[in-house]
Amino acid sequence: MVEYRIDRRSGVATYVQIVQQTKQALRLGLLEPGDRLPTAREVVEATAINPNTVLKAYRELEREGLVEARRGLGTFVRRSLGAAPADSPLRAELDAWAARARAAGLEHDDVAALFTSVLDAHFADSKGDA
Amino acid sequence: MTDTAIEAAALGRRFGRRRRPALDGCSFRLPAGRVCAVVGPNGAGKSTLLALAAGLLRPTDGSITVLGQAPAASRERLAYVAQNKPLHPQLTVTGTLRLGRDLNPRRWDAGAAERIVAEGDLDPGARIRSLSGGQRTRVALALALGKRPELLLLDEPMADLDPLARHQLMATLMADAADRGTTVVMSSHVVAELEGSCDHLLLLGGGRVRLAGPLDDLLAAHTLVTGRAGDPLGPHTVVESRTTGRQLTALVRPTGPLGDGVQGDRPSLEEVVLAHLRSPDAPPLLLDAREAAV
Repeated sequence: MVEYRIDRRSGVATYVQIVQQTKQALRLGLLEPGDRLPTAREVVEATAINPNTVLKAYRELEREGLVEARRGLGTFVRRSLGAAPADSPLRAELDAWAARARAAGLEHDDVAALFTSVLDAHFADSKGDA
Repeated sequence: MTDTAIEAAALGRRFGRRRRPALDGCSFRLPAGRVCAVVGPNGAGKSTLLALAAGLLRPTDGSITVLGQAPAASRERLAYVAQNKPLHPQLTVTGTLRLGRDLNPRRWDAGAAERIVAEGDLDPGARIRSLSGGQRTRVALALALGKRPELLLLDEPMADLDPLARHQLMATLMADAADRGTTVVMSSHVVAELEGSCDHLLLLGGGRVRLAGPLDDLLAAHTLVTGRAGDPLGPHTVVESRTTGRQLTALVRPTGPLGDGVQGDRPSLEEVVLAHLRSPDAPPLLLDAREAAV
């Protein structure tokens, strides 16, 4: 199960935040196929956001084939996302790279800027895709 | 069940012949199942509108229907919590809920009402007069939700609540809306606390409707523009524009692409509302509620 953290000041639409956080949980393997997402009631009780917003986010995830709603039972994960679970070799390489960057004297923001620019160069065509 | 919670047509209300009308020519439609914020400065007509919807006042002009009927005929199906939360001060919490049961014999849900009180950690034997403002709000809300209303009208429900109580109250309201599809209409002049909880907006000013429609659509209709002073804002509807040194900042309703060198950002709810409050002469924008707009 995931817990959503809604930042009302971020400027990102609330339903997009839920979509992004769900995808993040799928990428990191915190959510796996068969897992149930919290019900709209559970989410709004914790966050005080509008239930229609939660349903809109779930519809979006459903449209992308990531989850499916089963009537009367809830919304369930259909498939995981990406090939980079938390313990993959790629993560280990990135971890080592970050350690070297730090050892070279780079600050947090320098590393983030460097990483983002490389990321953008490699994924120019899919930029902005949540 | 009707798909329209509230419909107003040229609705007006005067208090006395010589005074400016509290509401004047208000027309809008609120679909059922929405959580609607009624926003506006003091004296905008928010409380008058809620009292008209609750059937406690009669219109002096135009008409208002609630759940497909005259408000007075919908009394059983709606609940209204006034700004001052009128409760009997000498009754206990339990006694107040018992009164709710006796007044609403066919609809009363004792479990729901008791749950809301219990969440607030209230002593059921405490008298209303000994409660804090926030605790009183909670009892008033338990009384309103115990009635199992299809439409819940709340006049400034948050005014005397601390941040934790506000969050709890909102969470309770949203959970009820999730469970039963209750239409909630709440007035407030603190805009920020409504963002995220409401999906529909009604902005009143000087007794008139300034903005009405699904929140996402209203926000999408506006763009916050920054550019150089003197940049033409062209065909767009300008709500507000300010110049600071060489910089131009404006809130516009674009009618086409923005010009070169002009940067457009998505405004927050607060930015849209404040710009309209600062510019009372900006034209109103009334968007019809489409079902897909949720």
